[in-house]
Amino acid sequence: MSREVETPPETGIRIRTEVRAPSAPAEAATTAIKLENINFGYGQNQVLHDVSMDVDEKRVTAFIGPSGCGKSTLLRCLNRMNDLIESAHLKGRVLVKGKDIYAPGTDVIGVRRRVGMVFQKSNPFPKSIFDNVVYGLRISGVRDRTTLDAAVEKSLTLAALWDEVKDRLNQSALSLSGGQQQRLCIARAIAVEPEILLMDEPCSALDPIATLKIEELIYSLKERYTIVIVTHNLQQAARVSDKTAFFWLGRLVEYGPTADLFTNPREKLTEDYITGRFG
Amino acid sequence: MTAHDLRRRAMSRAVEVFCAASVILALIPLGLVLFFVISRGVTALRPEFFTSMPKPVGEPGGGMANAMVGTLILIGIATAIAVPVGVVSGVFLSEYKGSRLGSAVRFAADVLNGVPSIVIGVFAYAVAVMPFRRFSALAGGVALGVMMLPLIVRTTEELLRLVPESFKEGALALGATRSRAVWTVILPAALPGIVTGILVALARVAGETAPLLFTSFNNAFFSTRLDQPISSLTVQVYTYAISPYEDWHRQAWAGATVLIAAILFFSLLARFVTRRLERMHRGTA
Repeated sequence: MSREVETPPETGIRIRTEVRAPSAPAEAATTAIKLENINFGYGQNQVLHDVSMDVDEKRVTAFIGPSGCGKSTLLRCLNRMNDLIESAHLKGRVLVKGKDIYAPGTDVIGVRRRVGMVFQKSNPFPKSIFDNVVYGLRISGVRDRTTLDAAVEKSLTLAALWDEVKDRLNQSALSLSGGQQQRLCIARAIAVEPEILLMDEPCSALDPIATLKIEELIYSLKERYTIVIVTHNLQQAARVSDKTAFFWLGRLVEYGPTADLFTNPREKLTEDYITGRFG
Repeated sequence: MTAHDLRRRAMSRAVEVFCAASVILALIPLGLVLFFVISRGVTALRPEFFTSMPKPVGEPGGGMANAMVGTLILIGIATAIAVPVGVVSGVFLSEYKGSRLGSAVRFAADVLNGVPSIVIGVFAYAVAVMPFRRFSALAGGVALGVMMLPLIVRTTEELLRLVPESFKEGALALGATRSRAVWTVILPAALPGIVTGILVALARVAGETAPLLFTSFNNAFFSTRLDQPISSLTVQVYTYAISPYEDWHRQAWAGATVLIAAILFFSLLARFVTRRLERMHRGTA
């Protein structure tokens, strides 16, 4: 199912944007993550202004916007990766399945196990493919070889990498191609069975064919996981996501079903951005 | 060709010649040292040199078996002390870059690196010889360990800093604690370089004499006891070299040759191990 999106005639640009229909349009999705008035900054520098939104469970939500609009920062708020920066400060609440992950006494390690992350640049560890996939399990104390073997096969299969690497699990992960490495990172993230998967521009360093594979993967993974993806590529957002959020200068400008946002944006700013007038 | 072009070419030529001359000049001392030591040393090097003990003055032949074993024991002790402390300190420095304690430790390591080896010998004498009223292999090992320490601390720190931040982020995002990330991902990633650093430090202290003169002292007999004075190649060479006997001088040259060969061996081993480990990481092994 695809349709062509007409851009306003005065730009003269036509963006071919395939919009896949949401997988389960009728039934209302439950909320996986609820953001309440997020204000975030580093030192004096305020990056996010009063962002509130609900992320649907078992759907793909895309964050789009020009560089520096805070979309990656917001993504990193969802698994407390911003804790690594000393001067970072956050106000507001991030509720994952109803629990505020910034509440005092929260187990940050537990949060990161429930909310997995795939990074912009694939970052497999300089270890074997097998050791990469089971890293998360091993650090949480799983030692049983059969369990680990099963997890490796399952995760790599889900990440559509099993057939390519099943005969060389003991080889270094760095011997894989860029696209394979990124799929390995996805396998590594899902091996710990998180509920939510965050992806920070997972395809920005990949060629179109590898990108296509990752996109297909994202599409198939949403049956099991809630996925939040940051992307610079508008077509990609249109292709893979059910809902899209457009950010500009640290504010959430518009958030809605992807098809609506791309075909019929409510805000002038969104329209200007998706039609390529800036950004 | 214009005058300008000619001048440019002449200049380029002159600089090339200057560079080549500098390189040759820099290599001359090394070449001469190797030439003298080896040419004089090999004549005295017989299999017996590696297997037998020093002989009294007047008896020809004899070897430095005790000194070779002694040197190995000494650098073994030094490594056992300096590697754990040095690597852990290096991890601390790279993980707590900005902390005050970190800056202090870094400064201390740099100062320690510049302390003359004889001073370190005096220090080891004070802490490891005086209290026991006895020269010992242990004291010598402590002195060499103290010399190795700053080298290992700084190389570990530098190499850990070269590990991409993305490895650490990846580990943390999978639910690793900070220390877990360091021990299971960051340190292994830096390991080839750290091993090289350790071997280079080892090669450097293996050639030290001054810190051993009044710590491990010397021993005319074969000894592996850590609480007794122990012989070492460097001190043995020193003792023989300042002696008035022609036989002993020959032995000193032979000892020096063995020492140089050993250090060369460590340097080559360092390169080999590094390449091996790196290839293992890249997955082309």
